[in-house]
Amino acid sequence: MPKLLKRALLLLVVAAMLAASLCACTGGTQSGTGPSAPAQSGELPPESATPTEESEGKNSVTVGIAQDLDTLDPHMAVNAGTSEVLFNLFEGLVKASPDGGVIPAVASGWDVSPDGLTYTFTLREGVTFHNGAPVTVEDVLYSLRRCNGGENDGVPIVSSFILDPATGESLIKSIEPGEGDQVVVTLAEPRLEFPYFLTAAHIIPADSGSTIGSNPIGTGPFSFVSFTPQESLTVKRYDGYWGDPASLDEVTFRIYTGASAVSSMVMALQAGSLDLVIHLPSTYADQVGDCAVLQSTMKLVQALYINNAVEPFDDVRVRQAMYYAIDVPEIIDMVCDGAGVPTGTSMYPAQQRYFLPELAETYTQDIEKAKQLLADAGYPDGFDMTITVPSNYAQHVDTGVIISEQLEAVGINAEVVSVQWETWVSDVYKGRNFETTVSGISASDMTAREMLVRYASDHSKNFINFSDAEYDEVTAKAQTTLDESEQMALYKRAEQILNEQAASLWLQDLCELVAISPELDPDSFTFYCTYVLDMSSVRFK
Amino acid sequence: MKRKNWYLAAGTALTVIMTAWTVLGFFWTPYDPSARSSADKYALPSLAHPFGCDYMGRDIFSRALEGAGTTLTIAAAVLVIGFVFGLLIGALCGYYGGAADALIMRLCDAVSAFPSILLALVAIALLGRGKYNIIAALGVLFVPSFARLVRGEFLKQRDRDYVKSAKLMGVSDLRIIFVHILPNTWPVLLSGLTIGFNNAVLAEASMSYLGVGVSPTEPSLGYMLSESQAYLLKAPWFTAFPALVIILLILGVGLVGEGVRGELGVEP
Repeated sequence: MPKLLKRALLLLVVAAMLAASLCACTGGTQSGTGPSAPAQSGELPPESATPTEESEGKNSVTVGIAQDLDTLDPHMAVNAGTSEVLFNLFEGLVKASPDGGVIPAVASGWDVSPDGLTYTFTLREGVTFHNGAPVTVEDVLYSLRRCNGGENDGVPIVSSFILDPATGESLIKSIEPGEGDQVVVTLAEPRLEFPYFLTAAHIIPADSGSTIGSNPIGTGPFSFVSFTPQESLTVKRYDGYWGDPASLDEVTFRIYTGASAVSSMVMALQAGSLDLVIHLPSTYADQVGDCAVLQSTMKLVQALYINNAVEPFDDVRVRQAMYYAIDVPEIIDMVCDGAGVPTGTSMYPAQQRYFLPELAETYTQDIEKAKQLLADAGYPDGFDMTITVPSNYAQHVDTGVIISEQLEAVGINAEVVSVQWETWVSDVYKGRNFETTVSGISASDMTAREMLVRYASDHSKNFINFSDAEYDEVTAKAQTTLDESEQMALYKRAEQILNEQAASLWLQDLCELVAISPELDPDSFTFYCTYVLDMSSVRFK
Repeated sequence: MKRKNWYLAAGTALTVIMTAWTVLGFFWTPYDPSARSSADKYALPSLAHPFGCDYMGRDIFSRALEGAGTTLTIAAAVLVIGFVFGLLIGALCGYYGGAADALIMRLCDAVSAFPSILLALVAIALLGRGKYNIIAALGVLFVPSFARLVRGEFLKQRDRDYVKSAKLMGVSDLRIIFVHILPNTWPVLLSGLTIGFNNAVLAEASMSYLGVGVSPTEPSLGYMLSESQAYLLKAPWFTAFPALVIILLILGVGLVGEGVRGELGVEP
């Protein structure tokens, strides 16, 4: 009898463990694929599973992307990698141009009232959705209102439409139909950059909010064919496009995820199964076989971000001493093989109109000066500090290690702590619980504003707790001014303050590469100063 | 018999050489392991740099020396924790048996049912990074396998005549466990230790490879492998030499274990 009991107990334990492990498994899969995935895979026509590479002759390309698409709903996309790809399917009233400006897209033009509060957009004639239906004022009203929080309790989904992050109050007071094919948008405060914000407000058919994620219909140069989560997205040329038609018949974006994503893509490039890969780290420059390599920058600012609110970093002399103690050219040489572009403030060089290259010269390495500043600040023998680095970004980890060793020369003992990306986001970026950290910060829209106003004292994204009265005044004024040259001067002044105050140790915009198949014309690839992967210009030689 | 001696001889020689080499690294390295040099980036192995240089122009030989020290220290500490606690638990469970034994052994089974690296990752996520947390996490995970091994041996021994006679003579249980039975189990324990050592070296290397190991400023063999993977085609020596050191470390100890087992006539 005891034997039987023992067996029964054993069975129970095994069953419990099996159940536990099964629960763990299903939990993992759900969080892994994301909430939108099952709906999309259910909609796919069966034949879409097999790519049509061979049958299409040679006018289709396969592009490698190192991130799964979080959604196909252009308004809901969070990942920059998703926006990059969806640029080919959707357009706003305006869209990004390669030089960092905006060009009319679904709208043919717009007028601004003298007080800068009312924008009147005129729709372009002959713009059609991928289903053939012409774009009407109703479609535009619906799309803009949805972006402005129409289906989200009034809290705008497009983040730059948010005026007050605390309450979710919108910058836009009203979106109304105008005369004929016009749409009138009224703002609560003047914003010179408002057209830039609209690049994220993609135009979709009226009332398609519930289906757009599974059946993405836009007005872009390519139309949707199929999507398999974690595998690939296929699009084909839309022949009814209003602008210059794309050269390629079909583009497949193949998704690579996980730690080995980049090396897998490099192997695929060498084997010829991928034709184009962007965002390649510079270390892969000579490993891509026959592919042409185009050099670019990441459009971010890599810096040793300093928590200005904690001791001893609340003393400007300490921050300046650290800036004098490090050797930025050596960092660029080591982590970017010399190909990164030095920045002396929170602005990346692709923002040509705003970028001040001379600020990178302010703090050339000067150990004596650094020691003097530290002594003035009351730390003649240095101090202990930590540098938190996100472990999945080798370049940030390496930069942290090099800075830690460079700071030894002035007696600062910096410990490098590597944390997982999720921990970095929650503890460092959102929790502001750190001393210093190496990371890259980019602009979610393409405006200079995004890189600068975030460091105003009370801004929700001011994770470095920078606080400077002049800076607050300058950025506040720059946002509401109606004079473009005054705005430019104010933003440049803000850049100088970040440099003078050594708000963080601004380092560089990291180098990145685009590898393109030898069969494609390398000159046809267009670089943008924001997150855009424009396939419409790419063509075969 | 001859072949088994060969195992032992080769293993001992290799282990002595590797240990001496590693200990050397605590006192001396040809270059500063973290000294960067722009001119020596991706330098091929040469007389000046026997293992070549990495992507920051750091001498891989010096880094491997220091890295082997880090890896070996962690592996040894993990082994001590796992062995001491495993021995205590296994000996008591095996000797006394009963419900407590059944419960503890099922717990050990449950822990062993999960891949140990996964559990170590969970532990690191809870405890945070750092050398000592890794030692603690891996140490605890090594307890069940030792406990099971020791318990099995004690089960075999506890009904033997010498134990019964000792009991009849009124020898205390603790004395029987540690003085009478333990010496008889050591051939098995020794081979268990060698396997455990190898697993500990690999576990530390895997953790560092996955980026949850020691601080990036401290070279470790696993972290060197992780750093090198982006340069596999460009600078294969960067991957090859740290990997070779790991292989030699565990090969030597593995051969010793094999040799000892043969020498003492223990069935594998």
